[in-house]
Formats: sequence, C-alpha cells, structure tokens
Amino acid sequence: MNSNNPSLITRNEQLNYKPNIKRNLGNRLMTGLAALFSIVAVLPLVLVLGYILLKGASKISISLFTELPPPPGLEGGGIGNAIVGTLVVTFIAALFAIPIGVGGGIYLAEYSRSDWFAQFIRFGTNVLSGVPSIIAGVFVYGTLVTTRLLFGNAYSAVAGGLALSILMIPTVIKTTDEGLKLVPNDLRRGALGVGASRFITITRITLPAAFTPIATGVVLSIARAAGETAPLIFTALFSPYWADLLSVDGWFSSIATLSVLIYNFSIMPLEVQNELAWAASFVLVALILALNLSARWLGRVASR
Amino acid sequence: MSSNLDDQYRLRKRPQSEKLVDSGFKSLAVGLASVVALVLFAILIVVFQGGLPSMLRYGWEFLITSDWNPVDDEYGAGAAIYGTLVTSILSLFIAIPLGVGTAIFITENIIPKKIRNFIGLMVELLAAVPSVVLGLWAIFVMEPFIRPGLEMLYTYFGWFPLFSSPPMGPGTLPAVLILVVMILPIITAITRDSLQQVPKRLTQAAYGIGTTRWGAIINVTLPAAISGIVGGVMLALGRAMGETMAVTMIIGNSNNFSFSLLAPGNTISAMLANQFGEADGSQVSSLMYAAFVLMIMTLAVNILAQLLVKRLSLKY
Amino acid sequence: MTLQSADNQPSTHEEVAVSMQNVTISYGNAAAVRDVFCDIPSGKVTALIGPSGCGKSTILRSINRMNDLIEGCTLKGRVLFDGVDLYAPTVDPVEVRRRIGMVFQQPNPFPKSIYENVAFGARINGYTGNMDELVERSLRQAAVWDECKDKLKESGYSLSGGQQQRLCIARTIAIQPEVILMDEPCSALDPISTLKIEETMHELKKSFTIVIVTHNMQQAVRVSDETAFFNAETVENRSGKVGYLVEFNDTQSIFNSPQEQATQDYVSGRFG
Repeated sequence: MNSNNPSLITRNEQLNYKPNIKRNLGNRLMTGLAALFSIVAVLPLVLVLGYILLKGASKISISLFTELPPPPGLEGGGIGNAIVGTLVVTFIAALFAIPIGVGGGIYLAEYSRSDWFAQFIRFGTNVLSGVPSIIAGVFVYGTLVTTRLLFGNAYSAVAGGLALSILMIPTVIKTTDEGLKLVPNDLRRGALGVGASRFITITRITLPAAFTPIATGVVLSIARAAGETAPLIFTALFSPYWADLLSVDGWFSSIATLSVLIYNFSIMPLEVQNELAWAASFVLVALILALNLSARWLGRVASR
Repeated sequence: MSSNLDDQYRLRKRPQSEKLVDSGFKSLAVGLASVVALVLFAILIVVFQGGLPSMLRYGWEFLITSDWNPVDDEYGAGAAIYGTLVTSILSLFIAIPLGVGTAIFITENIIPKKIRNFIGLMVELLAAVPSVVLGLWAIFVMEPFIRPGLEMLYTYFGWFPLFSSPPMGPGTLPAVLILVVMILPIITAITRDSLQQVPKRLTQAAYGIGTTRWGAIINVTLPAAISGIVGGVMLALGRAMGETMAVTMIIGNSNNFSFSLLAPGNTISAMLANQFGEADGSQVSSLMYAAFVLMIMTLAVNILAQLLVKRLSLKY
Repeated sequence: MTLQSADNQPSTHEEVAVSMQNVTISYGNAAAVRDVFCDIPSGKVTALIGPSGCGKSTILRSINRMNDLIEGCTLKGRVLFDGVDLYAPTVDPVEVRRRIGMVFQQPNPFPKSIYENVAFGARINGYTGNMDELVERSLRQAAVWDECKDKLKESGYSLSGGQQQRLCIARTIAIQPEVILMDEPCSALDPISTLKIEETMHELKKSFTIVIVTHNMQQAVRVSDETAFFNAETVENRSGKVGYLVEFNDTQSIFNSPQEQATQDYVSGRFG
C-alpha cells in the first residue's frame, strides 16, 4: 500500500545517499587525501625505526657496551664510553635545568602577578625555547670553552651539560607552570585558610599535587636532551677514551657521547665506523623511546 | 585560655626563622626565574660581541655576498642565508598540508579511535627521534632511495633553474625532505590540539544545517582553530631554520651559491656545526655574525608567532 | 551615602570579636563594597545575607585577609580583631589566618589521608599535644567522626561531598582558631548534609565565634544569632554594582521587624 504512494517514493529518493553527486564525491576525495597524508606522516617513523632495528640490533653484543671505539682501520670495538658519556652529560644538564626550571615555574605559577617582570619572564621563556640548539653550543663555546673559565679547561663534559641545560630550562619551566596551574585554587585557599605560609602551601600541598605532570614533562625534556647533538659538538667535543669519572678532571675534560659519535662516525668513509653509528643509533633511540613511553605511562597511571 | 592555647600551638606566633624561610623561598623562585632572562641576554650579548669585528668589517655586504674563503680571509654568508630560507620555507610548504591533513584525520571520527590514537602516538614518537639519527638515515637510506627520482627531475626539468644541476648525493632537496620529517610532528601535534579545543557545539551547528563532514571542517572547524594552527606553523618554521644536525649531514656543505635544489648547499646552522670547531680568528667572528643573523631570524619568527596567535584568536 | 552607623549596631553590649570601621574594598578602581561599619560579637553566629554581588563574601574574606590573594584588591578603613588593625603594615597575614580560620564554598580537602587533612593545620601551627587525640576531637566536633573513624588512612576524597565539607570544618577546628569564617559552606551540598552542618554549627558556637555567608535565608534564621543584610546598588557611569551594609541586628529583629524597607523587601522575598 505504502509503496504505491507516489509521494513516499520521491521522499525515499530524496533521502537516499547518492554517492555520485558533487558534494559526496568531494567528501570522499578529501577523506582519502587525509588518510593518504596520515600514512605519509607515519611512514618515516616506521622506516627509520625499521632500519635502525635492522642495522643496529644485529650489532648488539656485550663488547658493544664494554669496549672503546676502534681506531680507524681496525675492526671490532664498541661504544661503551659514548653510552657513559651520554648519561653523564644528560645528568649534568638535568642537575642544572631541573632546579632552575622548577623554581622558575613555581615563580610563574605561584608568585607572579601580571606585572612587567612576570610578563617578561614568560616572554623570555618562549623566546629561549625557540633559540636554535646550535646557538646554545655557540654561546657556551664563546663563554666557557674559549675563555677556559672552568678551571682552565676548554672542552668539557660540564660545558656540554650546561649547553644542554639551556635547551631544557624553558621546557621544565613551562611544564612546571602548567602543572601547578592545574592544581585547583581551592586547595591553595584551603592551606592558607588554616594558616599555612606560601612556602608550606607550595611545598606540602601544590607541588605534591602537581607532581605527575611535572615529572612527565621533566622526563620528556631529559629524553630530548639525551638526543641533542648540535650543542655538544664544540662544547663536550668527543673523546676516544673512557671518561675518568672518579677524578674531578674527568668531568672537566672532553667526553664522548652517543649523538656526537653518530655524527662523527657517519661522515667517515669507513665501514666499521658506519656500522658503529647504526649501533649507537639503536642504543640512543631505544633509550629515548623508553624514556618517552615511561613518561606517558607515568602520566596515565597517575591519572587513574 | 588564650595563653594556654598559644602554649599548645607553639608556632602560632610565627618565629622569625619561619618567616625567613618563607621570604627566602620566594626570593629563590624569583632568582631562578631571572636566570632565564640572564641566559637570554647573555646569549645575545656573547653572540653579538663575537660577531662585532665581522659586522664592522663587512657590514650588510656579508648578508648578500657568498664568498666564504678562510684561506683568503674573505667571508660572506649569502649562500647560507639563502639556503636557510629556502630549505625552511620549502619544507614548510610540504609539511603544512601533510601535518594539517594528518591532524584532521586523527581528530575526526573517520576510523576507529584506537587506530587514531596509534597514529597520534607514532607521530609524537617521530618527534622524539634525535636529529642526528634522522641524518644518519638520510645519508644511508633516504638519499640513495630518492636519487633516481632526482635524476629524473634533472633530465626532464633541467631547463628550470631550480633543477639545473645533476644530483650528486648530498644536496638541498634531500635536506628539505628530512626537514619535512622533522617539522611534521610539530605541525600535526599543535593542529590536533587546536582542533580538539574547538567547541563541539560549533561543528554540531554546522551539521545541523546540513553540511557534509568536510563542509563543517573547512568552513567551521579550521577557521575556529586557525590561531593555534598558525602558531604551530610559525613554531615549525623557527625550528626548521635552526635545525642543525640532519641538515648538516645531508645538505653537502657547499659555500658556492647555486639556485639549483639538486646541488649541494648550506644553511647557517650547518655552517656553524661544520666549521666552528676548527675555526679561529676572523672566521670565528664571521661565524658569530652568521649565528647572530640566525638568532635574529628565529627570534623574529617566534615573536611574530606569538603576536599572530594573539591577533587571530577568534572569540567563540 | 547616609549610613547611620549607630543604628547598625546590635543593641546588646557584648564582647566584640571583629570590628569593621568604614571598610571599603575595591577590585582595581571599582569599589565592590563600601563604607561598612559593624561589630561582630564574640561567641555567636553572625550571618551575612544579601543578593548576589552585594559584597558579603568580599567582606568575609577581608576578615582573615584572603583577599590579599586576589590581584588588585585593596581595602580602605580598618578591620579590628581584638582591637588590633588586621591591615596594619606590621601584621603578618599568615598569623591572622592561624587565629581566624576559614571554610570555603566548595569542599576542598587536601589530596592526603583524612587523618593528615586534620593534622596538617595543627602540625604547621606547631601543635605539641597528642595528635591522635586532637584529630579525633576535631572530627567529633565536626560531627563526622562516626563516618570516618574506620578509614582515617584513606584519602579525603573517598568521602561524600557533605562529609568532605565537615572534614574541612574539622581541619579548621584543629588549629583552634578564635573565629571561623564560613563562605556559603552548604551551597554545594544536598539538604541532608546541609542539616548536619547546621547542627554542627550549633555545637561549634560554644567554643568559636562564627561568621557565615549564606544565600539561604532559612539557614540564616536557623543558625545565626545576628544577621547583617547587605544590598547592592548600581553606580552611575559604571557597569557593575557596589555593595553596602543596610542593616545589622539580631536575627529575630531582621526577619520579623526590620527597620529598613530594603531589608523588609528582601526577607519577605520581594527581590534577590
């Protein structure tokens, strides 16, 4: 009965999806294009990780972690000193950047009012985070390396760590600032309302409440610093030997790092060195991705 | 009673030491925050001072001449400045559609959420891969892979100035491609964040009057998110200008000026990375001058980004 | 601008806990509440009522200097606590808040255990007595002991909204302040929790002076001994309103025989 009703048939036709009209064609074309772009965006990561795994993982052995890089022309060897060096330089960077960054973030989130100083610090943080990493290297080279300011030493692990910390500070400030801003003002008022001073409110209530986002941000900034090369090539330089970390001298002399090793060895026309560069990439990327994923995991666990 | 209470709460009357800790902590925070300003000024001053001899010697000429000859002690950063601008702008043009397209694809409800989250994670992890590792990959994997394509470009479009030299391995175009890989995650991540912040009611209003998905995206969502996207793009431009390692490893580090994208070229940061360690005398000063130019360029881009984001913020 | 300060005082002569003398509070250049004179009696519950925007919360916060935290907030006039001007340059706001505690509109327990929530304030005040005893006594006084005595180690957020608010009251009691300020403490709670808190207040006024801001006139009648009615008026050449104190008297008089027409209109529900 209904099917005989002519008005209903046209209504049906009206509402049916018509795949070939311009609007729907355009829609599908755009969706396809976006999908294609996403694949192109993901492709490099897959290719890079795939190659690193392929070329690097096969080189993994005990000697890779325990031996020094071979002199040009010789076989074998490892990248032990560079692994230690990356840990040392990143540690030095974190040692400077975390207190400064967290302190600055506390100032911005807890003490600053909308006066010119706070505005300027905010602006400066943004500008500093945009400074190219190589400039941080140039700056430390100009201030510490050429002047031999650090106890008469030129290239040194500490100089490299300081250069890296310049890159970390803005990130740590921003994550601390944003993390503290997420803490509801009610908590601050509650603490002040029972007579807590600013110091106690911050150290006992707001900082612990913002611990997770701050820790996540700090871990991510450490991961980024561990992979940086440009600030290190003429501050920490490179060293074919083990760093002597038990003596003060070891901290103030040039040191090998994974990233600089990759750079130096990749542009050498030597097969053995190229292979070591791939192995070092594998170790470095594994370290950084592990830090990244653990930061994400930390954030997710704590938010539950 | 009151004195009895004050006995029990012996800190009710705050001792001087507690007040000192309180004000000391504030001063400490202010002091640590000032470090940012100090470092920023110190960088500007050190780089400017280092470059001053060269600035006085070459003046503006330095920016447009491209002799870079340590033997004759003649310096001009024209080729490097040109290379910096060309590589960063070209890579931006390629990365914008890719990044924005990806961001739309992973915020819109086209494919299951799990896959979208996975793509998002992959893009963010791509941002975490160190520049030097991407450079290594570019030298040994990407460049040999795209060489045939570049040769075809030269064979068929060699008459066009941008493709007027035979590809010889490292060159400007491979550097552009690796820059695309590096700035893509920035554009994608920031675009995604801005798209997610667009209120749902706006898109619902668009659907309510019968637009298609892309009608809503193009007419409503993208305009509402434009300030964030522009900010992300400018941030990416700044990053591309300053990016050092991957570019240094693949661009060829030639100081000879060439219009061709297939020829080896140079950027300011690549030049710094390559020469700073072994430079002395007026070469250091010229490099510092170039570093100062790079700083001013990235500074200008960053400040412009902040201003644009403020100007473009739509009220909705 | 005719404000009969003499008429605004409660008729009975008692000990005065807090005295406001010609207090004007401004945010930036805009006055939020102006020319307030009143004496808040000791050992009683005083309710501040009035329509939105009349500045009653602003006045309340000025009593323990919580307004210091708001940027651009300034106060003219004098707020005397036991005869001492709270806004004298030598006064430390932290010390003020240790004697004049505050309970807020939204329950805001710290992200700590119930026990630690109560002990926190006492500890930073250097409490030397038996902490377990103090925690129990405070929770009992706030009438929430029975509900949480078995889970003192659990997070303060594990309690319901009304219980959280009573925990916040216990937290304030634990520092043994002389005055407790309550800023619409029941506005976020259901009627049953509200009733419990009101019962708690009857107990509390035996040991503390209480000042409460409330939107709810029945609540003012139920809990308070004295009531201050604030009103708001629009100011020429400016958007926004400025509040002022209309009438301050014992609660019975305010609700049954107010002296001002505005009070009469407000308590009989004609506006507000």
